[in-house]
Amino acid sequence: MLRLEEVHTHYGAIEALKGVSLEVNQGEIVTLIGANGAGKSTLLMTVCSNPAPTSGTITYKGKAVEQQLTAKTMRSGVAIVPEGRRLFASLSVLENLQLGAFFASTEEMENDLAYVFDHFPILQERQFQRAGTLSGGEQQMVAFGRALMSRPQLLLMDEPSLGLAPLIISQIFSMIKKIRDEGVTIFLVEQNAHRALAIADRGYVLENGRIVLSASGSDLLHNSEIKRSYLGG
Amino acid sequence: MSQFILEFIQQIINGLTLGSIYALIAIGYTMVYGIIGMINFAHGEIYMIGAYISIVVIAALAMIGITALPVVLLLTLLMTIIITSLYGWSVERIAYRPLRGRHRLVPLISAIGMSIFLQNYVQIAQGARDIAMQPLISGGWRFGDAGGFQIYVSYMQVIIALVTLAFMILLSLFILKSRVGKASRAVAQDREMANLLGIDTDQIISITFVIGAALAAVAGLLVGLYYGIVNAYIGFIVGLKAFTAAVLGGIGSIPGAMLGGVLLGLVESFSSAYLSTEYKDVVAFSVLILVLLFRPTGLMGKPEVEKV
Repeated sequence: MLRLEEVHTHYGAIEALKGVSLEVNQGEIVTLIGANGAGKSTLLMTVCSNPAPTSGTITYKGKAVEQQLTAKTMRSGVAIVPEGRRLFASLSVLENLQLGAFFASTEEMENDLAYVFDHFPILQERQFQRAGTLSGGEQQMVAFGRALMSRPQLLLMDEPSLGLAPLIISQIFSMIKKIRDEGVTIFLVEQNAHRALAIADRGYVLENGRIVLSASGSDLLHNSEIKRSYLGG
Repeated sequence: MSQFILEFIQQIINGLTLGSIYALIAIGYTMVYGIIGMINFAHGEIYMIGAYISIVVIAALAMIGITALPVVLLLTLLMTIIITSLYGWSVERIAYRPLRGRHRLVPLISAIGMSIFLQNYVQIAQGARDIAMQPLISGGWRFGDAGGFQIYVSYMQVIIALVTLAFMILLSLFILKSRVGKASRAVAQDREMANLLGIDTDQIISITFVIGAALAAVAGLLVGLYYGIVNAYIGFIVGLKAFTAAVLGGIGSIPGAMLGGVLLGLVESFSSAYLSTEYKDVVAFSVLILVLLFRPTGLMGKPEVEKV
């Protein structure tokens, strides 16, 4: 569904990705783990051409998208739950969700809302509250719901566990599995390697802008080097 | 009623009239600042162009024999809005969009250049002299009588207040309820994220310039009808005053621009009456300095960005 080949991305003079190749297949949960500053978020943003890669190819559903406008990619079945959630704080929860389905017809939007409220009932209760007043966990659900509003085929998630209580993290991760079971392909970037590998079909390890290891989720979970570097033991 | 009270009420009426004009123009400054963080110093010129276009449209309508007043006013309003909006749209495309992402002084300089260009362009196209506009609506009401003083409310003043109010309500509904209005608030808060939702942020920015220009066009038409005199430089001082109004209300806040415009109009009207007409600009810009010194976020300015 998504394939990156020899992707290089620069921020000014800094080369953040130094030739990354990876693949996400239809229906998979694929996770990308790595330390702070390894280039994980850059990689997700590069998929959205924000910024576009300096070289290499990105194909989504068989089509080259690496030089495509961000807005166009995001209208072709890709959605992102960005790092730090990035809700529109002074807008209501409902408005945040509606913006996720900006191009849907009114009827589709009603359906999309019902679908998101079905998965996150708390958001229905909170729909008229300003998004900035919600707790961290609820905000993460809004960000998740906003991405689902566009009925994505490929969902990019950047550290959905960041700053959340363990119980909330468990809820979010079981929701990720549920969404995948409903047919959405998921590419998950996480520092919380343990949780991510536990639900992932496959995983990649990114270090200093390069993929250093790739294997199935459970293999990585039991890999001794990974254990030492990323799993705290 | 005593003469003092009547005079006081008269100043409120005059102040509201002037304030309506400032408010209409201030919205253009505040919306553009809210969405791309720059002061569009060519916005005063857009208002001036609006006034010129309304004169041309009225003359053209008279030439083809349309003279029924309500029809003339409605057609003039529509045509002025459409043509002036095109100018607003073009200014953004030509002078600001190519500079997006540059240092913030760069589009500012471009804006000043655009302002000078538009003034001279109108001067060449329309002549450097003042152009008089035929008074389409004259007359008014008189109230009260104390010591020979009467309150005078012209029909034009009432029209200015009502038209302004109507456009404020329309704009508020548009921003709060419509899809594009929601998107424009989203783009103002986090342009990159709005783009990541598939929203064409350049298009939303264009729409913002068009709305600002449309409201400035309304102001230009109303001022032309009210004062009857237009020249290529009316945009400069009024633009600065409207900018002051936007800062007073809190730059980036639409209700703030409305409030700031009305307040500044009142301040000017009262200082003209009780100090001296000579000092009205001094007082208006003193307000700007005081706001910047003591309350830089303005009366209704956004508090510090919330941590999300």
